[in-house]
Amino acid sequence: MLLIHCPYCEEERPELEFRHAGEAHIARPADIASISDEDFAQYFFYRDNPKGLTFERWRHIHGCARFFNAVRDTVSDKFVTTYKTGEPKPDLAEAANENKPQAKKGRGSK
Amino acid sequence: MADVQIARALPLAGMVHGGAEVTVSAAPAAYRISLRAGGPAVAALSKALGVTLPKKPGTSASAGSRHALWLGPDEWFVFDETADPAADCAKSKAAHSAVDISHRNTAILVSGPAAADVINAGCPRELSLEAFPVGACSRTVMGKIEIVLYRTGAEDFRVECWRSFSDYAFAFLADAARGL
Ligand SMILES: [Zn+2]
Repeated sequence: MLLIHCPYCEEERPELEFRHAGEAHIARPADIASISDEDFAQYFFYRDNPKGLTFERWRHIHGCARFFNAVRDTVSDKFVTTYKTGEPKPDLAEAANENKPQAKKGRGSK
Repeated sequence: MADVQIARALPLAGMVHGGAEVTVSAAPAAYRISLRAGGPAVAALSKALGVTLPKKPGTSASAGSRHALWLGPDEWFVFDETADPAADCAKSKAAHSAVDISHRNTAILVSGPAAADVINAGCPRELSLEAFPVGACSRTVMGKIEIVLYRTGAEDFRVECWRSFSDYAFAFLADAARGL
């Protein structure tokens, strides 16, 4: 089973306790009534849906019930890192580096 | 404030499923609250409740018949078989939300050498004593439902579930115990 690290519970928990909650770091326009329909559509409907690393909101719904953010690879389904709501986007190069030793360990001698 | 009668009929009253390895039984009636609070209110509420609300994820604290379980960074589940914790919270002026859920939930006690195995029939959490020691607690899942799991002893667990799910929860645990 896929294990996801919850930044609030401070441990890895089974995926069954979690729910996906859309793309992360989407800022609501400060004066939403004044923006054009096109800008509203961009804010409200359009998502990046990249192939590779993506920033997402997840909710530990059957755990601490908190929303948090995750960096996930949409190709491998690997969670690169998770962090609390409100924290800045992590540096992906740094996250990838932190991720390396772990990946090496699994592959054995190389 | 409403006077809550905990003597109301329990959904699983008297139900027991016994075996050599595990016993599954309905827990006695209890007062229960869902408590939400943050910041300085936590210390004030701890004082009002007579039990220090734990701040470490997945841990609990007990004082007499009262048990406070950490569920989230600002959320606790408090239960007590003898005195109403909501009444004690009401004495505090600290900003908080204490919702009486005495009858929303009911509890099932699972005890015996195979208790963890029986719960693991439907719960994906690691329940070794290292990963989930005595006193550990968590909201999690069991089969198709959400539960609050609380380890009260090396071979003893309390499974809190919603009242309307209790037939399912009991049948699930009894069925898992039958397979031993
Ligand atoms: Zn969590």
